[in-house]
Amino acid sequence: MVSGKGGTGKTTAAAALALSLAADGGRVLLVEVEGRQGLAELFGRDPLPYEERKVAEARGGGEVVALAVDAEAALMEYLEMFYGIRRAGQVLTRFGAVDFATTIAPGVRDVLLTGKATEAVRRREGGRRSRREEAPYSYDAVVLDAPPTGRIAQFLCVNAEVAGLARMGPIRNHADKAMATIRSSATAVHFVALPEEMPAQEAADGLAEVREAGLNPGFVLLNMVHEPLLPPDVLEAAEHGEVDTEALAQGLKAARLDAPRDRASALAQEVTAHAQRVGAESAVRRRLRALGRPMLELPFLGGGIDTDALFRLSDRLTAQGVAR
Amino acid sequence: MSGDPTTDPGGPGTPHGPDQPGTPGGPEAPDTPRLDVDALLSDTAVRTVVCCGSGGVGKTTTAAALGLRAAALGRQAVVITVDPARRLAQSMGLSELDNTPRPVELPASFAAPGGSLHAMMLDMKRTFDEIVEAHADPERAQQIMANPFYQSLSAGFTGTQEYMAMEKLGQLREEGDWDLIFVDTPPSRSALDFLDAPERLGRFLDGRLIRLLAAPARTGAFRLLGAGVGMITGMLSKIVGAQVLADVQSFVSSFDAVFGGFQERAERTYRRLQDPGTAFLVVAVPESDAVREAAYFVERLAADRMPLAGLVMNRTHGTGAEDLSAGESMAACAELERQGGHGLAAAALHLHARAADLRDREAALRGRLASAHPDLPVAEVPARTRDVHDLAALREVGDALGGGPPAV
Repeated sequence: MVSGKGGTGKTTAAAALALSLAADGGRVLLVEVEGRQGLAELFGRDPLPYEERKVAEARGGGEVVALAVDAEAALMEYLEMFYGIRRAGQVLTRFGAVDFATTIAPGVRDVLLTGKATEAVRRREGGRRSRREEAPYSYDAVVLDAPPTGRIAQFLCVNAEVAGLARMGPIRNHADKAMATIRSSATAVHFVALPEEMPAQEAADGLAEVREAGLNPGFVLLNMVHEPLLPPDVLEAAEHGEVDTEALAQGLKAARLDAPRDRASALAQEVTAHAQRVGAESAVRRRLRALGRPMLELPFLGGGIDTDALFRLSDRLTAQGVAR
Repeated sequence: MSGDPTTDPGGPGTPHGPDQPGTPGGPEAPDTPRLDVDALLSDTAVRTVVCCGSGGVGKTTTAAALGLRAAALGRQAVVITVDPARRLAQSMGLSELDNTPRPVELPASFAAPGGSLHAMMLDMKRTFDEIVEAHADPERAQQIMANPFYQSLSAGFTGTQEYMAMEKLGQLREEGDWDLIFVDTPPSRSALDFLDAPERLGRFLDGRLIRLLAAPARTGAFRLLGAGVGMITGMLSKIVGAQVLADVQSFVSSFDAVFGGFQERAERTYRRLQDPGTAFLVVAVPESDAVREAAYFVERLAADRMPLAGLVMNRTHGTGAEDLSAGESMAACAELERQGGHGLAAAALHLHARAADLRDREAALRGRLASAHPDLPVAEVPARTRDVHDLAALREVGDALGGGPPAV
């Protein structure tokens, strides 16, 4: 489960994580539940239908399969699976019952979304008929691009809530199974943060909330880190506005640029701003480290994220030890 | 999600003053009209400002900064935030917000005579409870609040938050203690939810399905529809469980008798949003996802005939040495690396190349938005090096929005 404050790059981080987990012959399902078609966008594809579809070949021959879970479609599937009443879906839709079941009824929507993701975790090759205990799992890992921190505990614990409401019946069974998978040691909730105070605070709050809810906290992924371009002593001086403008001007002259002096003072300000940002980012990094969770970092790439950039990010994760 | 600091993720923030509207260095971009924030905030006909946009673009900060600036312009402002993370509280220096507007202590220099600022954090459940308590006799209210379905509904299932935000907005407007209300919209999964949820919840609670569920089996409605209804309730009962269905039925019958039409409330709220006393601001950052969402939101608001005042583009980046292009800078950097030495200059040129590249990409994005919506007024807020978590920083954001300190 990959959560984090809105705008921290959860979807990108989840996709890079899926690529790393699939590397060298793995099979990973990457699930999105917020209906934004962020995965299709990332992998440069048309909007994904409600079906598991291969979107990328991982390094060394693994594959990433994507699924955009749609609550309504999941409900129809569920009805068909348990009752064989797919056609009845039309009647239900006409009466607003699907609206009811997927958007309004207590948590049914989130139950369907988490239910679909956790079903994929438990699924084994060969469907129902094979000797299930022995068959290999369909997926080596399932990565869920989960809702943001503000909603994550509620989202993951909805099954417990529903179990409290529906004392019996198929929804109850469904909810119980999903909750067991989510609470098990096979599931971890990771948090993506930016090297800024509030996203870091949300990651800390999210971790605490997840712990309190009895779920397993995972790693903290510090995203969009600006890699320092200058040695620490130069950065430290620059942070306080001390930049050797003279040396800068000499360098610009050596590079045969016009107006080296004017430009040197303008660039000195940019160096100071960079140093201040690197300083602020280090402070946030120290605070996040103090949370005691494993930390991963991804650089700020600029230029937007395309499939190529995604692979570069995944390589960074692999280099930091992310593997199956 | 909403509301975050306009922290600098990319390059050094160089403020674009009011003399540089729109898109610096984007000759292909049409001239973007500048959003006159002070004119909007000073317009006494405007009673509500709704900040909307995708997650993480700074809605809460924008709402709070506008509230602060409105106080500086002499208005009695209140900011409602519906975000479960307590960020507005942080940025206003408050440790806690609850469901009633609390005064924000402002230094004398922050508010014009007569101006004031209040802030509140929406407590969804409490707002729902308040509606019940206000409209039902104590016994009935008790009965409703004890219903498990009500408890789940009010504790925050999809749609409730949006609905309650609109409900609270309506309440504050009717109370009349504030002449300008700022609403920071919920961290919805998508822009759609914000406009749709109140109506959908209203439609559901007042809808055909619920009426059928609530109606005793022998009434005409059931007989007319015959077996169909039995099949539907039967299936619903299978999906959600008979107990849930029974809870819903008893909830609806007690709730319905009390309120006489949730849908009517939802529609009133919707119409209130459309009236000229409301101004929508779409908040975005110059990143492709956020700009795409913003464009979509602009179109959606127009389709719903909601009064759109303009767009706030947060976290824009500029550079020093404006005339040095990314390409030139990178070439000079490579030249220095070839020569050896001049480490500082090489690094500075590398940094500048990155910053100029970011600036150009942002300009292109803004240009695209401006081409699609040439009449959309825009206010830009340069990225900041540090987070916004005090009033002074909030005022700086307000100054950036208004193009300088407020002229009172």
